[in-house]
Amino acid sequence: MPAGRRFTIGTLFIYVALALFALICLLPMLLTLAVSLSDEDSIIAHGYSLWPERWSLDGYRTIFVNSALIFRGYFVSIVVTAAGTLLAVLITALAAYPLANPKVKYRNVLSLYFFITMLFNGGLVPWYLMCVKLGLTNNLLSLIVPMLMFNAFNLFLVRNFMEGLPAELRESAYIDGANDLRIAFRIYMPLCVPVLATITLFYALAYWNDWFNAIMLVDDKKLYPLQYILFQLRSHIQMLEMLPNGARTEYTLPAESVKMATVIITIGPIVFLYPYLQRYFTKGLVIGAVKG
Amino acid sequence: MSKLFRELARNRYSYLLVLPAVVYVFLFSYATYPYLLIAFQRFNYQKGPFRSEWIGLENFRFFFQSNDAARVVSNTLLLNLLFMIFVTLFAVALALLFNEIRSRLFIRFAQTTMIFPSFLSWIIVSYMMYSLFTTDYGIINQALDWLGAEPVNWYSTAGAWPAILVGMKVWKDAGMSSIIYLAAIAGIDGALYESADIDGATRWQKMTRITLPLLAPTVAILTLLNLGKIFYGDFGMIYAIIGDNGVLYPTTDVIDTYVYRALRQIGDPSNAAAVGLFQSVVGLLLVFAANWTTRRTFKEGALY
Repeated sequence: MPAGRRFTIGTLFIYVALALFALICLLPMLLTLAVSLSDEDSIIAHGYSLWPERWSLDGYRTIFVNSALIFRGYFVSIVVTAAGTLLAVLITALAAYPLANPKVKYRNVLSLYFFITMLFNGGLVPWYLMCVKLGLTNNLLSLIVPMLMFNAFNLFLVRNFMEGLPAELRESAYIDGANDLRIAFRIYMPLCVPVLATITLFYALAYWNDWFNAIMLVDDKKLYPLQYILFQLRSHIQMLEMLPNGARTEYTLPAESVKMATVIITIGPIVFLYPYLQRYFTKGLVIGAVKG
Repeated sequence: MSKLFRELARNRYSYLLVLPAVVYVFLFSYATYPYLLIAFQRFNYQKGPFRSEWIGLENFRFFFQSNDAARVVSNTLLLNLLFMIFVTLFAVALALLFNEIRSRLFIRFAQTTMIFPSFLSWIIVSYMMYSLFTTDYGIINQALDWLGAEPVNWYSTAGAWPAILVGMKVWKDAGMSSIIYLAAIAGIDGALYESADIDGATRWQKMTRITLPLLAPTVAILTLLNLGKIFYGDFGMIYAIIGDNGVLYPTTDVIDTYVYRALRQIGDPSNAAAVGLFQSVVGLLLVFAANWTTRRTFKEGALY
């Protein structure tokens, strides 16, 4: 493609169109940030706005000083994300090694075993009844173990990466007398760091954003992760939205700024990790989409 | 049999490594299949999936004779179809536009902004939507007011929600999927463009005669794979945004939210399992059909 083209009307149109879409993507987030930093009275007087009448940190102060529930939810989310991601990456990476090893005779049978679950699943009810049977309700494990801890798509991503490594690595290690455990941990895992980084981010994001395990399996308020607290809060608000104005005053709700401040602190870690997310996530996505 | 044990013994460490994943998948996939039987029962938690009372197809009849069946099936299909069409359209358009500009800084900035929403949970997005659509303080109603129009109580206007949901889906996913299409465009042979330049082709001609036709197989493959999933509603999205707001059910209730309510709110696991089984079976047939079509049309693109 030629470089150094003249700047034409067409080019200008392209820049404007892309900038516009980027702006639309950004606006709801800026609005949320602005509301979280607004003074409560100015929201009530003027509605939400991108540039609040009066700025205030009250929303954040309320969360960190007064709200034990939200603070606890943050803690639950961090623990669940850290433990879940660690276990999930470990299980996935370890399973990928034998599937990529031609010496393992049943590797294709095993691949099929995992692949079938991508095509057919029993659905919500059998999964739920199994969780109940295994005692995975109302405890921390019920937020970690069901649903997210293993994903066949990620398994095949790692397997494909390992198949791309030169076979001589393994052969010479065998000759040196190393067994598969040693080869997997000492040779393959270090070489797989790029793809492991990708699936770590896949899993971590899924855990951080998860509220499905919570809504299905947890009733105990002390175990609510942050996302689920936000969900609960929202359904109360939505209920009020359908009531006539007069009836709303019976309920006391957290202030608008507190709600949006909670949203912002929930996004916080994602913003923090964003450079890594952008790099590895898109890479994994493109590989996955192109290779299947 | 002894051959099996000899292989297991010889590669014992390899099989040991894969064991946790095998057990996990067994517990949460294969071992759950017997519970599908409760679709044909009046399930009793004490008696379990083998000894509860058998009632044949009663649960299925209950679902298909209710008004809900047509509503949730058509909503699921319609919403998924609209999501697919509009996200693909926007993603391809964005990829084509990105391909035309040279400023690296601008590309980086614009992509960073457009990808970000895809990392947010639908709960978070539902809060952002709330700040747009809420009746009293929302930006949309403020804008309507400014234009002199009547404010709308969006959360009780069912007709508006297919369009709103499609808009939010595009907002969240189009940027990320444009990356895939941009990667496909990057794989197109540069010599084609050079010879087009020599022939004096305009930018528009190159886009419509070279880029689009060569991008078409990728679009088709990804669309077909998505068609295989069209029978599964996006529970995370719909339930986060709509929740239990019954006023909006006529246009937004999908199979997955129906199953959830039947199981967790109405507390009828057998009825929920029947609808879930119906969904799984149709879903599986659709995956086969989509994959068969993909393989017939594009040799490389099939899922298996």
